[in-house]
Amino acid sequence: MKKDIILCGVGGQGILSIATIIGEAATKAGLYLKQAEVHGMSQRGGDVQSNLRLSTEPIWSDLIAEAGADLIISMEPMEAMRYLAYLSKDGKIVTSSKPFVNIPNYPDEAALQQELDTLPSVKLDIDTVAKDCGNPRGANMVLLGMAAPYIGILSVENLREAIATVFARKGEQIVEANLKAFDAGIQASNP
Amino acid sequence: MKKLLLGDEAIALGAINAGLSGVYAYPGTPSTEITEYIQNNPLAKERGVHSRWCTNEKTAMEAALGMSYAGKRALVCMKHVGMNVCADAFVNSAITGVKGGLIVLAADDPSMHSSQNEQDSRFYAKFALVPCLEPSNQQEAYDMMAYGFDLSEKLGEPIVLRVVTRLAHSRAAVEVTEPMAEKSLFPATDQWVLLPGIARKKYVKLLEKQEAMKQASAASPYNCAFRFTRKGNSPATGILACGIAYNYVREALAGDANLVKISQYPLPEEKIKALAANCDELLVIEDGQPVVEELVKGLLGAGYPVKGRLTGDLPRTGELTPDCVAKALGKETGAVFAPAKNMAARPPQLCQGCGHRDVYAALNQVLADYPDHRVFGDIGCYTLGALPPFQSLSSCVDMGASITMAKGAADAGLFPAVAIIGDSTFTHSGMTGLLDAVNDKANITVIISDNLTTGMTGGQDSAGTNKYEAICLGLGVEPEHVRVVVPLPKNMPEITRVIKEEIEYKGVSVIIPRRECIQTFARHARAKKQ
Repeated sequence: MKKDIILCGVGGQGILSIATIIGEAATKAGLYLKQAEVHGMSQRGGDVQSNLRLSTEPIWSDLIAEAGADLIISMEPMEAMRYLAYLSKDGKIVTSSKPFVNIPNYPDEAALQQELDTLPSVKLDIDTVAKDCGNPRGANMVLLGMAAPYIGILSVENLREAIATVFARKGEQIVEANLKAFDAGIQASNP
Repeated sequence: MKKLLLGDEAIALGAINAGLSGVYAYPGTPSTEITEYIQNNPLAKERGVHSRWCTNEKTAMEAALGMSYAGKRALVCMKHVGMNVCADAFVNSAITGVKGGLIVLAADDPSMHSSQNEQDSRFYAKFALVPCLEPSNQQEAYDMMAYGFDLSEKLGEPIVLRVVTRLAHSRAAVEVTEPMAEKSLFPATDQWVLLPGIARKKYVKLLEKQEAMKQASAASPYNCAFRFTRKGNSPATGILACGIAYNYVREALAGDANLVKISQYPLPEEKIKALAANCDELLVIEDGQPVVEELVKGLLGAGYPVKGRLTGDLPRTGELTPDCVAKALGKETGAVFAPAKNMAARPPQLCQGCGHRDVYAALNQVLADYPDHRVFGDIGCYTLGALPPFQSLSSCVDMGASITMAKGAADAGLFPAVAIIGDSTFTHSGMTGLLDAVNDKANITVIISDNLTTGMTGGQDSAGTNKYEAICLGLGVEPEHVRVVVPLPKNMPEITRVIKEEIEYKGVSVIIPRRECIQTFARHARAKKQ
């Protein structure tokens, strides 16, 4: 069994934290894992992505091939669609519905949402959900919760444990707040 | 024990556990995390392994060579273009030879994710006549540190270890070994004085070692041959897969291939000849430039068909991908979904609130009155001043080139010629150019945009912090033309006045806008709170 995931968004939105949590969970579950990320210049408000490959068998390539991704998890709706070439026939997009507009030529929002709806996607205003559960900085955890049922190769419990481990050094309060955001994401996605 | 590590971290931990005594480096994507990992590693701290950042790659290479001379194991790390900066020291280190193991880590960046070119460091290894290791995965990257140090000490030569972005910045589980002890102080006793008479003898010695290097490649566990079979009468393509190309081949072909994996140079010639004899043609798959493709053509002679990047079977530019490799191997590939219609590029940009923004805003305002102006840029976050909304820059070539190019243009009669350079880049390679400008009394205005850090690579210490005025004065810039301002929107009238005055001054002037990088500022504030 394998699961190839593209994580994407805009630099600074916290996609690497999601990658770290999935990585921790996969390691604990004894899965093979490869995770390619881009550092450096692209972090400065530009598009960022990470290729995350999980498998019960050894993995060769660090990169996912075109039409190879089972899942695109995105912090931003336009960024989700940037990697369509990589989405597999039966793949799924899990994304924030809220545009992050830091460029003058951002596409028309209504047209963008409409195009997203024609694709195999689930979207949610993760910022609002995060605020509603009292953790405005936890939007990425809401997104991870939304994606959790689709990750499959890892159980929801695997991911919860990983969140606790990764945030442990920041204290119990932060762990609880992030778990709450994660649970809110699971409930909202409702697959 | 298994650990989840970035390629860079695997290299760092591999080096520490192989008894490293010092890492010498200047930050550069995708190599930066190696030195950072060593700086934060408990064992390296306990042992006092040297890990402070160097001023540039040349000082790094020389210090590492000095540590090797003293008998200890040293590592130099840099991005590929850093090899150009340290080339003098590097090429001559092959002539002096080494004592303690010396590994020169070059992180290449095919596709230029964060670079100005896609030069291939394997050329440098060949140029200097030393071995090169090219790991295919994180585990090999880890293992090759101890292996490389041993090989370096056995041959008495530096070893180049070449990685590419996709290995440096990709994570996987690595089996970690027990740490070895450091080497003890045991300085070289042979002659390292490269006077012509001595250098000639040493060069002959280096040439004599080439056979041992070839034998090491032939016997290397990292150069392996797989499955020399031939199916029926169909033409058989033999594959040479270098470094991470091996993974893309294995991803596309499930074990059924005539294949030689190459991870150690000079080339394992006998293995390649045996493969060629068993096949009708060879396909060379390598990330970066067609180094092996050209060498293999020479090895097999003009009549033998060799395919690769030069023949168009693989793209001539850019990094390898699983897709282009699969296609070259005759596999069907391609997207299922059409590209999105509602899409726009999202280039990186200067952070909101960044001091460089205020510098460009002021500069653009002043220079609007000088239609013939040119601004010569340099390497750092502030290179983004070339993009909208500022579009201020006319050039960005290499570390330090802003000052010297402005000088050359001013020599030619261009006015105003303005250079903009960051604090870390200035101490890396800008100071010597400023001395040239002072000695020539060149009519240039130099802006050292000082954010107190090496920002673009993630906020490492900058070698000259708190020393910039003293450096400029020491190089001979007149005291009344070394001006310091604080780049904030509220100071715009003062900044524009200072820029205008210094442009009007016929000679070298230096303006230092100084305000901490907002990223490191936020990090420092968080650290204080905790």
